[in-house]
Amino acid sequence: MIRIENLYKRFGRNEVLKGIDLQIESPGIYAVLGPNGSGKTTLIKSILGMVIPDKGEIFFKGNDISKSPDYRNDIDYLPQIANFPANLTVKEIFSMIKDLRGGQASDQELMAAFGLSPFMDKRLNTLSGGTKQKVNIVLSLMFNSKLIILDEPTTGLDPVALIRLKELLLQEKAAGKTILITTHIMQFVEEMADEIVFLLEGKIHFRGSVNGLKERTHTSNFEKAIAQTLTHHYA
Amino acid sequence: MLKILKYSFFDLVRSRWSYVYLLFYLLIGYVLLFLNHDLSKAVITLMNIIVILVPLIGTIFGIMYYYNSREFTELLLAQPVKRMSVFLGQYLGVALSLSLSLLIGLGLPFISYGLFQSDAVWEFGLLLVNGTFLTLIFTALAFNIAMINENRIKGFSYAILMWLFLAVIYDGIFLMSLVVFGEYPLDNFSIIATMLNPIDLSRILILLKLDISALLGYTGAIFQKFFGTHTGVLLSMTILTLWVALPVYNIYRKSLKKDF
Repeated sequence: MIRIENLYKRFGRNEVLKGIDLQIESPGIYAVLGPNGSGKTTLIKSILGMVIPDKGEIFFKGNDISKSPDYRNDIDYLPQIANFPANLTVKEIFSMIKDLRGGQASDQELMAAFGLSPFMDKRLNTLSGGTKQKVNIVLSLMFNSKLIILDEPTTGLDPVALIRLKELLLQEKAAGKTILITTHIMQFVEEMADEIVFLLEGKIHFRGSVNGLKERTHTSNFEKAIAQTLTHHYA
Repeated sequence: MLKILKYSFFDLVRSRWSYVYLLFYLLIGYVLLFLNHDLSKAVITLMNIIVILVPLIGTIFGIMYYYNSREFTELLLAQPVKRMSVFLGQYLGVALSLSLSLLIGLGLPFISYGLFQSDAVWEFGLLLVNGTFLTLIFTALAFNIAMINENRIKGFSYAILMWLFLAVIYDGIFLMSLVVFGEYPLDNFSIIATMLNPIDLSRILILLKLDISALLGYTGAIFQKFFGTHTGVLLSMTILTLWVALPVYNIYRKSLKKDF
């Protein structure tokens, strides 16, 4: 579904991506991991066309993404920070995004699942951080897209919403979708991810299953396995 | 683009600041008419306020809106829309909501005072057209500055400096050079220098329309000769349009290459 070839990106003097090759074909949950500044968000934003690479190509369903914005019709994206126009209501922001994308949206069920119905006529600047994040999640999951990209989806969620989110992601996975997640919560990764893509200094350091990484580092604890990978690398 | 324009317009016209801006104009309009009892005089006073204030407000609103909607812009960029539509839609949303405040805020008092029965209709119309042009120009310039500067403090300072330069410093330099080079023929120089600053251009246009160019002495006579003709007015409008078109084109150009 996604094929990334030889991707390079630098911001000023800071070389963030140094030759990424990545191919994701089969459906499932993929966790993109790495320390701060390893290029996770840049990689994700390159796929979305928000960051324009210096070198390299990205293909989505076989088409070069730099040619037309239409491929984003098939991608759902959850940005890291939820911040919406202050004076629009929740209802309006939903209709705006639906307007922009067209097509079928399953916003009603999702809104019920996250308990957003009482907030529909509230202005967005009156919502709490967690409620905004719920709006954010509903916005990004309400279309039935083949690829779902989530940047730090767990930020600010209460336990109930977190459980809902996990259920939802499992449902989507069962429906044959490809889900790309970045997160720093290792427990979430261990529980959800089928495969991890570990970025280190702008390169893919490891790709495989959670158990694969544990075996490689000879540890039984995933968090320790990650820590060990990092210390080995920097040692 | 129209969809994005529609929603950022909705967002902005509901913000508290739009109301403050609108109320300010309503107040100014009524107060001036109450004090002057004369439409033409009120138009002159208003002109002095508008050519300074409108650029300032356009600059500040433009830059604040751009920086405040950064995360929302990212969300929009992830949708299947062209980059150009996102930025031009937002730009027009800001510029149009500001222009609307200006048109309604000044239009209401003047119409209720009997604008259409007076002979100041054209002058007042020109004032509003100029105000709208200045809003479009300075919002676009502010967007340009914001797109180039990631750092908000820097962007904000540059924007204010730009306003200060065009509204105040430019005139100072212009006058100084007229004094220093007083012995040379300065007709063309002063006309070109005026054209290069949208604020000056609007001011001169309105002054000439009000037929008080005699106040400007010799330079006024040159301007009258040049701007008074149809070619002069046409040329000035073309230059103002260029002042809108060039920054907007640059927004478009920058939006294609920018990373978020």
